[in-house]
Amino acid sequence: MADTGIGASVRRREDARFLTGRGNYTDDINRPGQVYAYMLRSPHAHARIKKLDTKKASKAPGVVAIFTGADMKTGGLPCGWLVKNQDGSNMAEPPHPPLAQDFVRHVGDQVAVVIAETRDQAKDAAELIDVDYQPLPAVVSLADAVKPKAPQVWEQAKGNLCYDWAIGDKAAVDAAFAKAHHVSKLDLVNNRLVANAMEPRAAIGEYDNLSGDYTLYTTSQNPHVIRLLMGAFVLQLPEHRLRVVAPDVGGGFGSKIYHYAEEAIVTWAAPKVGRPIKWTAERSESFISDAQGRDHVTHVELALDKNGKFLALKVQTLANMGAYLSTFATCVPTYLYATLLAGVYTTPVIWANVKAVFTNTVPVDAYRGAGRPEATYLLERIVDVAARDLKQDPADIRRRNFIQPSQFPYQTPVALQYDTGNYEATLDVAMKMIDYKGFAKRKEEAAKRGKIRGIGLACYIEACGIAPSAVVGSLGARAGLFESANIRVHPTGSVSVFTGSHSHGQGHETTFAQVVSDMLGIPIEQVDIVHGDTGKIAFGMGTYGSRSIAVGGTAIVKALDKVIAKGKKIAAHLMEAAEADIVFKDGKFSVAGTDKSKTLTDISLTAYVPHNYPKDLEPGLEEQAFYDPLNFTFPSGCYIAEVEIDPDTGVTKIMRFVASDDFGKIINPMIVEGQVHGGLAQGIGQAMLEDCLYDKESGQLLTGSYMDYCMPRADDLPSFEVKHSDKPTPCTHNPLGVKGCGEAGAIGAPAALMNAISNALGIAHLDMPATPERVWRTIQKQKMPQAAE
Amino acid sequence: MASINVAMTVNGKAASGTVEARTLLVQFLREKLGLTGTHVGCDTSQCGACVVHVNGKSVKSCTILAAQADGAKIITIEGLAKNGELHPMQAAFKEHHGLQCGFCTPGMVMSAVDLVQNNKNPSEQEVREWLEGNICRCTGYHNIVKAIQAGAKAMGR
Ligand code: FES
Ligand code: FES
Repeated sequence: MADTGIGASVRRREDARFLTGRGNYTDDINRPGQVYAYMLRSPHAHARIKKLDTKKASKAPGVVAIFTGADMKTGGLPCGWLVKNQDGSNMAEPPHPPLAQDFVRHVGDQVAVVIAETRDQAKDAAELIDVDYQPLPAVVSLADAVKPKAPQVWEQAKGNLCYDWAIGDKAAVDAAFAKAHHVSKLDLVNNRLVANAMEPRAAIGEYDNLSGDYTLYTTSQNPHVIRLLMGAFVLQLPEHRLRVVAPDVGGGFGSKIYHYAEEAIVTWAAPKVGRPIKWTAERSESFISDAQGRDHVTHVELALDKNGKFLALKVQTLANMGAYLSTFATCVPTYLYATLLAGVYTTPVIWANVKAVFTNTVPVDAYRGAGRPEATYLLERIVDVAARDLKQDPADIRRRNFIQPSQFPYQTPVALQYDTGNYEATLDVAMKMIDYKGFAKRKEEAAKRGKIRGIGLACYIEACGIAPSAVVGSLGARAGLFESANIRVHPTGSVSVFTGSHSHGQGHETTFAQVVSDMLGIPIEQVDIVHGDTGKIAFGMGTYGSRSIAVGGTAIVKALDKVIAKGKKIAAHLMEAAEADIVFKDGKFSVAGTDKSKTLTDISLTAYVPHNYPKDLEPGLEEQAFYDPLNFTFPSGCYIAEVEIDPDTGVTKIMRFVASDDFGKIINPMIVEGQVHGGLAQGIGQAMLEDCLYDKESGQLLTGSYMDYCMPRADDLPSFEVKHSDKPTPCTHNPLGVKGCGEAGAIGAPAALMNAISNALGIAHLDMPATPERVWRTIQKQKMPQAAE
Repeated sequence: MASINVAMTVNGKAASGTVEARTLLVQFLREKLGLTGTHVGCDTSQCGACVVHVNGKSVKSCTILAAQADGAKIITIEGLAKNGELHPMQAAFKEHHGLQCGFCTPGMVMSAVDLVQNNKNPSEQEVREWLEGNICRCTGYHNIVKAIQAGAKAMGR
């Protein structure tokens, strides 16, 4: 089985349908008699709705119905995580109605839904809706929102504060700072990003008035959670009346985790109009309605002794929530961010304070990496600043502070316990790949050509496989974070796997099948992976936070264990042996020490045709497992970027980008590398191109289309050099030893690049994105047209 | 809204219909002909998810009206594979893992085939420049570039 089992770069089985145009994305689905929804959205960042008149619009050609907030008085979209203030009180949690109630709070807030026979008719009619807005002062930036006289987004959130949260031992940190040899300081911005999955969000709501059943087709990373949130909290429908299908989904990167208003609106309205309702976002609509990412302002201080050992870290962050709390918004800048601030280092004491702030902008939530890129960026930037302050090599100062392989399990001062790791190993591999020692020569050579060359490295760690339910529960999560799997062995030995994980590009249909084929010793063609449909799968928590293989994959292994255990009972009966003597290997149940054996097919057939069968055993061969992980998994790695800047234009060219990762055990190296490439592109995008900007005065989104929001294109990126650690450290607490790889690139790349650019320019810091204009201005300011230093 | 009759050859078969004057070619393909392989990723003609061949050349089908394609020969992603065999470019994308979510993929493949029709053996830089009009958010382009170079070789064979 070596060619298709664990560790083989099996080519993806899902590709055939995507490559021939036979994918089944939500907008490809058409239901008989369907009508189309168009959302009328607020053009104002903040306003009171004085009047909303739909009379004229409702008479427009093709219009079936129009609903406003006055019609749709359902529950609000819930926030999944309760964060406590430092004083123990609860965070401010304003309501989040699917259709605006009296006020709009960001450009794009939906005020009405028009349902018509065609998309264009719905859009035309929306123009006839008469809304009288009374514009109110708006605030979009973090710095402005916390000013004493700032406009207030919510009456119940004084000073626009959602929460004021802290982690770590402040007194110990202050004491360490008082004794420090040196303190490095930095102010930095983590720029707001738009996830921009290539498939715009879409939803189809359908209602069967005979059975009372609802179906929602939606572009979601976690259909079961949507069913739970929408059913229980927004529409108050029992789960069994609701089926949520997330078929092929064209990328998510976090933006399709959340429950969105449009899903609730089309489902709620379907019985009212008596026809299926389809809504598909236009791209410019996605820009003002998909949850956005990042958006932090941070002050960080690192205390060091005279040898460059880290003594203490102090972090103060303002995090933008936007106008409403999206599903996971509150946990991103707290439990997914501050708990990673130890990074890969032995810093003994850490204190972090995070203030979450409301503004009149699109809600912010998890985007690829979620909290961990923000933590890595600030940590790896301040470490470089410290190296610069103390005149040490950035690689040396890191090496001196690494947690050593002998120190695991390692308890950080910010709650997490890392199980394994070998950070020096990935650093060594990356430095060798890029020929770190030879850099000085290359820099000299570049200077001769009038170019400024820089090198920068970043060491990252991430907490993946989210997460032990008991732990997240104690931290305010209103959900558990397990995963489910069901293995159905059919009578003739083929296998269907029903997984609660959801694939939107990660290749589960291949990777999961590899695990099953390997463990059961059957050809991969015999294995079918089913996902994305609450009507077929018992339960699931979905795909995000690199949890599919670590949590979903483990649930599959647990279910397979049960299948094999039952198989042994049947085999023992058939071969008249003791159950304890049956060994299962390479698809065969054998009696130890004999040549007697039965294949999986013999066993499955017996299970379904139980003429000769153990007395007390149930027929059938189908097992279910729910797996709640014992801990997070902790992938880590080292990325190094080498850049050349043209001082005349400020254009930065990435000459090389090398990545060395430790993902523990790897199921499919080809797919893992692909995941790294994608993450790197998004990390490089953040560092060099992407920036979601709002106009300070009007609150308008300035980067609201692909013409204004700059995403990496093929010509902006280099080819990547990706290697796995030569001393991988498998996860110790899941049976596969896997850690997860989906976010690594986006976590490590921004810091590596910004370190390289700062190094080239010979400056302490430059905020992202390092656009040619920003770099050119920096060069002008430095009055350094020649190479730095 | 004025209606217009259009007729064209799509993937070798005659196709016709009545459309509004404003109907885009991509809407006609997806909504009237049910050829949903051609995707819509933006509303500003920036992403290339909708690329098809019109009279042998790659065109963003969201930038032209169905009426403008009247009488044209159109090939969409559904028309690329022949007799159940993947086109060499499709096969190269699979072999080199040039896709993840698959949403940009039909546009990428159609663009790539047109590139190779013009340039039999494109360099990495030429491929990257040609893809200026196609956005992929998943792959970082690394494997797409590899796939297209391999696909070009295979098409030459
Ligand atoms: S949909 Fe045609 S270019 Fe984006
Ligand atoms: S494969 Fe997902 S956008 Fe290209």
